Amino acid sequence: MKNRSLVSITDFTKDEYLRILELAQHFERNPIQKILEGYVVATLFFEPSTRTRLSFESAVNRLGGKVIGFSDASVSSTSKGESLADTIRTVSNYSDLIVMRHPIEGSARWASEVASVPIINAGDGANQHPTQCLLDLYTILQTQGTLDNLHVAFVGDLKYGRTVHSNVIALTHFNTTFHLVSPEELKLPSSVKMHIKEKQLEYYQYTDIQEVINKVDILYMTRIQRERFSDPMEYERVKNSYILTNSMLAGAKNNLRILHPLPRVNEIAYDVDANPKAYYFQQALNGVYVRQALIASILGLV
Amino acid sequence: MSNEGRKELIVSAIENGTVIDHIPTHAVLQVMRILNLEQSPHQVLFGVNLESKKYGRKGIIKVRDKFFDSIEINKIALVAPTATLIEIRDFEVVSKKNVEIPDTVEGFVKCFNPRCITNHEEVPTRFKVVDKENLKLLCHYCEKITKKENIVFL
Repeated sequence: MKNRSLVSITDFTKDEYLRILELAQHFERNPIQKILEGYVVATLFFEPSTRTRLSFESAVNRLGGKVIGFSDASVSSTSKGESLADTIRTVSNYSDLIVMRHPIEGSARWASEVASVPIINAGDGANQHPTQCLLDLYTILQTQGTLDNLHVAFVGDLKYGRTVHSNVIALTHFNTTFHLVSPEELKLPSSVKMHIKEKQLEYYQYTDIQEVINKVDILYMTRIQRERFSDPMEYERVKNSYILTNSMLAGAKNNLRILHPLPRVNEIAYDVDANPKAYYFQQALNGVYVRQALIASILGLV
Repeated sequence: MSNEGRKELIVSAIENGTVIDHIPTHAVLQVMRILNLEQSPHQVLFGVNLESKKYGRKGIIKVRDKFFDSIEINKIALVAPTATLIEIRDFEVVSKKNVEIPDTVEGFVKCFNPRCITNHEEVPTRFKVVDKENLKLLCHYCEKITKKENIVFL
């Protein structure tokens, strides 16, 4: 993986992902290692995403590297009208690796083609966010002991949620059975279902979350946003049917774990937090280990 | 087949070069643009609204002393799927073939996604043709699909 960019979840092979997950376990045991001393990582956030940026910066800092960059395009020369290509070429001169977040779809692919250093995509609009997917896979592995043959439910906005798309595509490598729970308007797009069908895996679609809770190993919750609905009445009608409360978990399997990419709004009631099946905060912590593993692999330090 | 080819050539036969026949008549100028014939040093003849037994009306382009490789010519398959490519040497038809939808489309189709980087910065578009029958183009950058009915040429 040395010197390669990670833009899209389809860029790396299954074996390469497994290797990163294995390395992440190593960083989980020894999170502080000064292997990045003398290295500079640029974090270019053309739109704010505090959680993702801090996770990357924490990963670099724990490895002894230095971080340069910006957290908002208004403080960069983009606000003076500089093109993305020019910004990327310039920052390539100052850093060994660029982590970028940008509101425009395809911007990370384009950046990887003009940069002289590798690019890690930390989100390009509604398109891709591969490190979120990696940390989700890591969390599934950590909680279930395996990635193979699991029943995984995705709940909420399956149409626009890029995390859901990447996760579904990645999980098709592991003989997953998919349970897809969403309002009619927000069903998983056929372009993503195509990946499930190609691997001849099973998937089931539901509109009622209660139907899946007792039969799955992973319950992956996502936020339903009002602006995704063409009809505001429809939003009002469905919004409360995709809220998970603690009492709904009474008959769930023991090994069930609840994941969420965060931030949550109201789709997981606070009374779920104390349930040992709630795992979304540990999931966020895993992001640091996975990003350490990825950065160390791309810089050829492991 | 070769009889039909010869009859066409009577209009203005060329000694050596390429005839692109059976172009939908409205697509002739687009084909010229895609093949960059406006900048070509070769002699180019073209006709529109010509009679065609097969299609009623058709367009035709003749390029003197120029032979196209298939990657180049297949670009026009998106606008002129019915086109026939005829190669002429010494006034004789040496080959005649239909155009095929290419595997990749670069530089002349606009990405349908308004949020795509190719619609925001000067980035040449690139697509993989994921469905040749229904013509679906997967953008190399934003990974969204541009369908046949949404194709706009740059």
